[in-house]
Amino acid sequence: MYNILKAENLCKSYFNKKALRGANLTIQQGKIVGLLGPNGSGKTTFLKIAAGILHPSSGKLLIDGQEPGVYTKSIVSYLPDTEYFLKWMKIKDAIQYFKDFYADFDEKKAAELLEFMKLDTNSSVKSLSKGMKEKLKLTLVLSRKAKLYILDEPLGGVDPTAREKILDAIINNFSENSSMIITTHLVNDIERIFDDVAFISDGEIVLQGNAEELRLSKNQSIDELYREVFQ
Amino acid sequence: MDLEFDDKMPIYLQIMDRIKMDIATEKLKANDKLPSVREMATKLKVNPNTLQRAYQELERFGIVYTQRGMGTFVGERENMIDDLKQEMAKEVMDSFILRMKRLGFTEQEIIESISKNIIEVKQHV
Repeated sequence: MYNILKAENLCKSYFNKKALRGANLTIQQGKIVGLLGPNGSGKTTFLKIAAGILHPSSGKLLIDGQEPGVYTKSIVSYLPDTEYFLKWMKIKDAIQYFKDFYADFDEKKAAELLEFMKLDTNSSVKSLSKGMKEKLKLTLVLSRKAKLYILDEPLGGVDPTAREKILDAIINNFSENSSMIITTHLVNDIERIFDDVAFISDGEIVLQGNAEELRLSKNQSIDELYREVFQ
Repeated sequence: MDLEFDDKMPIYLQIMDRIKMDIATEKLKANDKLPSVREMATKLKVNPNTLQRAYQELERFGIVYTQRGMGTFVGERENMIDDLKQEMAKEVMDSFILRMKRLGFTEQEIIESISKNIIEVKQHV
């Protein structure tokens, strides 16, 4: 099986705070991986390195065999946990922005997803609720034909019905030629869409495995396992 | 197909059980087409790979068959319904007997309590 992402002994420090202490993780093609951990465990730092926004202090991370850079950014579609829309933008401007930026942006798919999410292209971005903003962010990210999708807290602060919609969009639009890494601490809502899960604690991957095999061997749900690991 | 999952157990096994149940109770009949992996994955909100695995395992046991480009269908093996019923009945009974034994019932007492309960249930149904 081909590994789209491979991190070896990845470390990152911010001055004297160590955010990652030798994290090891591999992601196979065609898999959805859940990166699970509490706030401050290093999830976002890990994803930012994969997205090419931060440089590791030591160790390495390869995507499709290459270090993060121009090439990897062209095949990685990243949903950050922060907001990046400009205040003046309407939804159609945000779409145009992505289209200009990414060669793999599929306008037809974006139109389908906007309809599915019930988003109006003429709405101004700043008028959107938190749930609608998340839906828009996801629409933009899933409209790219990427090899690796990185979703940082796609369910954060979103109400249960919007959450369902977001999950449906992820399942419907996931292709077996691509891979996905999703961080969350709302494990219960999303555990059924993971192939593999990796638990990150204090900058290290403490447990990684196939979700079904973990259920079988531990006789626990991933949510229960999460609570046990991070109690 | 609606399905409440117990997340403590592998999801693909629960999907397999549900399909077997639907075949045994003839909700699904020989040569009926099963929903596509994608359709079913969306409906149940599970990973498409999990469904793929459930379908593959069912195929391995000869319960369903796949036709390239057409989809997955319920098999038409002779005695399949009976076999599935027997298999599922055995699972139910094994777990029942095991739990009764854990409660300290002897085999004779288990048989007696079944006869007694069957009469009671009959009056209710």
